[in-house]
Amino acid sequence: MEITRAKLGAPAVEGGGEEFRIQGQRARDMLRGDLTDAELEAYVEERVLTTTLDKVTAWAQGNSMFPATFGLACCAIEMMSLPGARLDIGRFGFEAFRASPRQADMLILSGRVSIKMAPIVRRIYDQMLEPRWAISMGACCSSMGVFNNYAIVPADKFMPIDVHVPGCPPRPEALAHAILKLRSKVQGHPPRGWRERYEAVGTEEVVGAADRPGVNAINVFQSGETQGA
Amino acid sequence: MSTGISDYRRREESTSYSAEPAGMGLEQEMMTVNMGPHHPSTHGVLRLILTLEGEIVRDIKPIIGYVHTGIEKTAEQKAYWKVIPVVERMDYLSYYFNAYAFCGAVEKLLEVDVPKRAQYLRVIHMELNRIMSHLVWLGTSCIDLGAIGMWWYAFREREQVLDLFEMSSGQRMHTRYFQVGGVIEDIPSGWARRVKQFTKTMRERSQQYSALLDKNEIFLQRMRHTGVVDERTLIDLGVTGPLLRAAGNPWDLRKADPYCSYEDFRFRIPVGTTGDNYDRYRVRHAEILESCEIIDQAIDGLPEGPHITEDRKVALPPRHELATSMEALIHHFKLVTEGFRVPPGEVYNAIESPRGELGCFVRSDGSSKPARVHMRDPSFVNLQATAPATRDTYIADLVATLAMLDPVLGGVDR
Amino acid sequence: MPDATGLELIAQGLRDRHPDAVLDTLHFRGEATISVASAHVRDVLLALREQGYSFLASLHGVDYYPDEPRLSVHWQLLDMSAVDRICVKVRLPLDDAHVDSVVDIWPGANHPEREVYDMFGIVFDGHPDLRRILMPEDYEGHPQRRDFPVGGEPVIFTYNEDKIPGWTQ
Repeated sequence: MEITRAKLGAPAVEGGGEEFRIQGQRARDMLRGDLTDAELEAYVEERVLTTTLDKVTAWAQGNSMFPATFGLACCAIEMMSLPGARLDIGRFGFEAFRASPRQADMLILSGRVSIKMAPIVRRIYDQMLEPRWAISMGACCSSMGVFNNYAIVPADKFMPIDVHVPGCPPRPEALAHAILKLRSKVQGHPPRGWRERYEAVGTEEVVGAADRPGVNAINVFQSGETQGA
Repeated sequence: MSTGISDYRRREESTSYSAEPAGMGLEQEMMTVNMGPHHPSTHGVLRLILTLEGEIVRDIKPIIGYVHTGIEKTAEQKAYWKVIPVVERMDYLSYYFNAYAFCGAVEKLLEVDVPKRAQYLRVIHMELNRIMSHLVWLGTSCIDLGAIGMWWYAFREREQVLDLFEMSSGQRMHTRYFQVGGVIEDIPSGWARRVKQFTKTMRERSQQYSALLDKNEIFLQRMRHTGVVDERTLIDLGVTGPLLRAAGNPWDLRKADPYCSYEDFRFRIPVGTTGDNYDRYRVRHAEILESCEIIDQAIDGLPEGPHITEDRKVALPPRHELATSMEALIHHFKLVTEGFRVPPGEVYNAIESPRGELGCFVRSDGSSKPARVHMRDPSFVNLQATAPATRDTYIADLVATLAMLDPVLGGVDR
Repeated sequence: MPDATGLELIAQGLRDRHPDAVLDTLHFRGEATISVASAHVRDVLLALREQGYSFLASLHGVDYYPDEPRLSVHWQLLDMSAVDRICVKVRLPLDDAHVDSVVDIWPGANHPEREVYDMFGIVFDGHPDLRRILMPEDYEGHPQRRDFPVGGEPVIFTYNEDKIPGWTQ
């Protein structure tokens, strides 16, 4: 999937007030039983399948992500203690670590990525099925940390990262927090405010038109919208 | 029982994979299989190229470098006391040992005397670290053997050790507690009592581990008589640590060449007999208990006194002096901005890490940055024992042997 | 560690067998070091091995930039029965960085020699499989030489992610 980065065009909802009025009118029609077959189907598709079902899917995806068993360095040890007795990430449904990237939804980059490892990491990420998410855990793969040298590349150079976790290594609690953040992102409530804070409005990733014709989708999900679902 | 197992293995090999199988005229073709670097049982990002004949491993080539971080190069760019956190991240399960190997080498160059209390505190932390490292090894190896239950118990105790580290130094991993000349801070009150409590529970828990594993038939069948390497081969390969001790050689630098007041403590060195995987497991398991012994003795005999050297050229002055003494302020400023200068020369400081001889070579050119730092990491050398340990065994035994060799890839690649 | 006298005795023994092998001896901070000529490395190491220093503890390269000859290889030998260490080192010029391999004496020198080759570009003659070990096989340069830049990249934050090439470009 080719993803380009572009300024967002027109606002997502054109003439929001007017559309809302029409929707309300049609909802009343449906309740009165005035909608006929074709209109009823269109209504169900629009109101139930695309929004409610998406919401349900997002809720399910966010609550049962399978992380890939993929440890790189120090952070992997802290990642391993996450499903352990004390933190028990199984409470949130993230404990099923999968050895195969095909079965995994989430890649936790736990440690430093060397230039020798980067193509392999990218390949593992590409092997994962959509929808997929990635967490970059620790300073090394987020920003190279103390090892800003010839051997290390930050993860942002070669793959998209959804959540960065600071720390060297981060506490398991920090990773748990990151996973919960990712969950809220998946379920349609992206944490707002940071783009404004970093003067980065308009840097949302826009999926190329070739992948989803007619849809100017952004992967900072609107409420009820998920990528590829 | 034991001979039965080995006989079975030999019989299997001789019937299925002999050069001329009876009647069939079957020709076995060698198959080359890639294992890793993303593989759950390679303990990191080790990559192995296996040449298989059926299920028998005929040749094995480790390919490493997937977490090469350039730490030795980075260390050359930093002042001596900023190198400590960098080298700690090499072998990420034995960070206290990495820090001590480097600090000890610099202390040797500077000819600084470390106070007795600091030495004891170092010993306590290093032995706690050894327990922690062996616990991670035990947990992850048992996952590889299919016994995930053991992992929960091992990581439960690991969290207790990390709590102690957090209490004394503020961090769980990579604590940067050791300084050139001593330790950065004295232990908080109540810490010694909690350490004693921990060693008490650890002893009980290690009994429970024995109860879980030592009589487990599956565990024993996968451990006994697999991955055998004799002592001579190991020494030629440069292998040290629990692997060498499991083969019957009681070489332990803590006893042979005591450093950091290890001569004050009474402890035994566990030694194996045959050098198979079971011996490696037993040796490490017994080392956990011996570490508890050392910790108890060090806590009981913890001397009073300063926790870091009084040499103000090397160690930061205490905080309260900064308000009253101009000299202390100057020293503080010089140390923080520039660091201390080290007389030119080269030293090699070897200590016993959980995986073997951890040597740190430091070359100083007289400036405040080291001209060369090299870590002789035991995992890097021990990894070469993979091929002799697994040649002509089953591929299933390869995973068990690799788990028992306990390479830490951060230390291998540095 | 052999004391200063013991080191001289060892060096004298080596000189008797190989007259121009030992260049210098150094006793520093209790550690004994013998500098040898690069042509006689194997002879010296074999002789020391016979004397009991039979464990190759460490093998590493050093770059003495800007001194000449620049490169160097150190062998840390250990006598396990006497608990004695000795360091053998050889200096090699940059344009002729060749030294004999000791893999046939100590099989454990295999990985360390490959590491020194990878990081410093010192060629070990007679090594069975001298390839890069830590860096990718197509990497150019020897990173741990002193004149090799440390490298590093600008860190991508949100405010500068469109200026620095990331995964999207």
